[in-house]
Amino acid sequence: MALLQIAEPGLSTAPHERRLAVGIDLGTTNSLIATVRSGAAAVLPDARGRPLLPSIVRYLADGRVEVGYAAEARQSEDPKNTIVSAKRYMGRALKDVAHAEHAPYDFVDAPGMLQIRTVAGVKSPVEVSAEILKVLHARAEASLGDKLADAVITVPAYFDDAQRQATKDAGRLAGLNVLRLLNEPTAAAIAYGLDNAAEGTYAVYDLGGGTFDISILKLSKGVFEVVATSGDSALGGDDFDHRVFCWVAEEAKLAPLCAGDMRLLLVKSREAKESLTTHSEARITAKLSTGEFVDLVLDSETFCRITHHLVQKTLAPMRKALRDAQLGVDDVKGVVMVGGSTRMPQIQHAVGEFFRRDPLNNLDPDKVVALGAAMQADVLAGNKPAGEDWLLLDVIPLSLGIETMGGLAEKIIPRNSTIPVARAQEFTTFKDGQTGMSFHVVQGERELVSDCRSLARFELKGIPPMAAGAGRVRVMFQVDADGLLSVAAEERTTNAQASVTVKPSYGLGDTDIERMLRDSFEHAKDDMHARARHEARVDAQRLLEAVRTALNADGALLSAAEREEIERQAAALAAVAGSNEHRAIRQASEALNRATEEFAGRRMDAGVRRALAGRKIASLDL
Amino acid sequence: MKNHFELFGLTPAFALEIESLERSYREIQSQIHPDRYAQAGDAERRASMQWTTRVNQAYRTLKSPVQRARYLLEMNGVDVEFETNTQMPTDFLIKQLELREALDAAKQPEALDRLQAEVRAQKALLEQGIARLVDAQKDYAAAAGEVRKLMFLDKLDAEIDLAYEEAH
Repeated sequence: MALLQIAEPGLSTAPHERRLAVGIDLGTTNSLIATVRSGAAAVLPDARGRPLLPSIVRYLADGRVEVGYAAEARQSEDPKNTIVSAKRYMGRALKDVAHAEHAPYDFVDAPGMLQIRTVAGVKSPVEVSAEILKVLHARAEASLGDKLADAVITVPAYFDDAQRQATKDAGRLAGLNVLRLLNEPTAAAIAYGLDNAAEGTYAVYDLGGGTFDISILKLSKGVFEVVATSGDSALGGDDFDHRVFCWVAEEAKLAPLCAGDMRLLLVKSREAKESLTTHSEARITAKLSTGEFVDLVLDSETFCRITHHLVQKTLAPMRKALRDAQLGVDDVKGVVMVGGSTRMPQIQHAVGEFFRRDPLNNLDPDKVVALGAAMQADVLAGNKPAGEDWLLLDVIPLSLGIETMGGLAEKIIPRNSTIPVARAQEFTTFKDGQTGMSFHVVQGERELVSDCRSLARFELKGIPPMAAGAGRVRVMFQVDADGLLSVAAEERTTNAQASVTVKPSYGLGDTDIERMLRDSFEHAKDDMHARARHEARVDAQRLLEAVRTALNADGALLSAAEREEIERQAAALAAVAGSNEHRAIRQASEALNRATEEFAGRRMDAGVRRALAGRKIASLDL
Repeated sequence: MKNHFELFGLTPAFALEIESLERSYREIQSQIHPDRYAQAGDAERRASMQWTTRVNQAYRTLKSPVQRARYLLEMNGVDVEFETNTQMPTDFLIKQLELREALDAAKQPEALDRLQAEVRAQKALLEQGIARLVDAQKDYAAAAGEVRKLMFLDKLDAEIDLAYEEAH
């Protein structure tokens, strides 16, 4: 029992129980789940042995939901209710989506994020993604034979705040405890670096179904440090399919198509693209609902020509990332290729030419991200002993700023800052007696606010009336280790009488998530309260274990009285932790958290001192 | 509260062994980074985020020559006044005008390469001068003028980076 071990100082820590933790690659085209078992990361296949889950969700009129291959098989037959590439819509409004007119869906333009009207009601891309995650969640529990504790979900490095928040919400909706959002190229670098004991500067070129990332990393002695990242969160294999589709429509002189035929031809286009990886030509045949026949041959030369500009589009971000890292192509020791789209020969060729070296393809480009995510989940779950783990230092991909006079964006946190990061900026009132100030938070590199992504608007009210320029408001941006932003503003001259904290939510507030959770439980005939109780108990056990570990490691930093208070609160939590009173558990957990605040600060200080002491000893050895 | 140098166990100085700073930074991060506390309670996770944020900021400041110099001068009570003090020696301003004209004329990446190399060489010279003024002569007022020049060149360097994007 945790209670006894906390109450008796000097008792050694119980052997650490391995926590089930998974890595999930939530892809545009396919999704995967992987975990570390007996020291090695492996992708978990479905009951029929298939590792990939097509990221396709079909809603049926009776409320059932089909996910994966079953949905894929019905996509041309039921295009309006079968959502493919939902990742492209995460955190996006309708105006942000390219080729929306070619998608067969009935879009609903909601503020913050678009939604899709299906036979089962209006669905947000977050809900669609959550359906995919739920299937993977169930797959993991079935194959590991236990309740799943934690997950790391990967996101494109170039995802902005809205897209990241949407991904995290989807994880929550699928009942996962999201330990961390991990950038896809960084996940790949972990898998590659650990596999090859790599040291030095590497580039990761990640072209997926709908997103493109380029990251430059320095690998050295267990540290993966991202020095720069760039990309295009709306460029991927889908666009190559679309080019082929347009070519087909033009060559076959097709009249405007119905949604089903469009979907059918897109599938055929994708098959032709994949075939051209190993063949010099591909035949495209289809019978349309109009009775028309399509029968064309696409050769690789034509394919290269019609997709040339897409390949070129990946070069500018590569140059930008290298410049941001202040490196030349000769400084890069290797280029790791990630994502199914890097199988296209013209991509391999273009990247090889740019970096003047053969790209590295020794890991399966479809699986490497999920494997790296599983390895990171294993570390975050605390399953790796100290010394065998590693440190990941990642960056924010796009600058964060605030709108100033004249519609200009003032950068507060520059791109490629290592996260977590915080920055503050002061603004003054510009009118006599001004009592409010409104803020517009934006993300992007462009000077004009209208060219940046709008993240949030908020207002600070209750500023005491003063002369113009006398009221000073401090705006603080904080980006956490997931790359997620929160903004706080407070009035400085009058002891913070007015303050506000916002977390951008993109149309999905906490109440929306709760409603969606309730809805999903109604279908599953599960019990919301049972889940709340379970979560409170799991969190309490985790907290008790963490406090016990901390006391064992750094108990010397506390006075006897301080230690007694922490132990008293821990005992109080332990007393209710097994009960069904989830409110009591939460309250006791909060009390214990408060009691350990000062201790936590001292532990960080001690950590810094330990690190420097280690450095001094190390330098004596030299 | 420790200053940025103390945080990394370094003696405050402009001349800095970057490798030593990097090593200390990594050692510290491996002790306090949020990834080490993913399973901890809220209090510890919060503390870890706050401390890591602070260490990241200190690292960024010390790593950049301009920001490091500015920080050192502030420690010694001298404000660089980059925004308010626009007084610059005439010969420096003329040189700047020439460089800017060269930037406007440079349309090819090769021309930008040459320009950037020249700007970086000038930056390196200024940094050597700042090291002498700050570390040896402790003449912070004179150093402030040199730091302002360095900031000028930093801005130009960033504009060259932007020009590359248009050149391609």
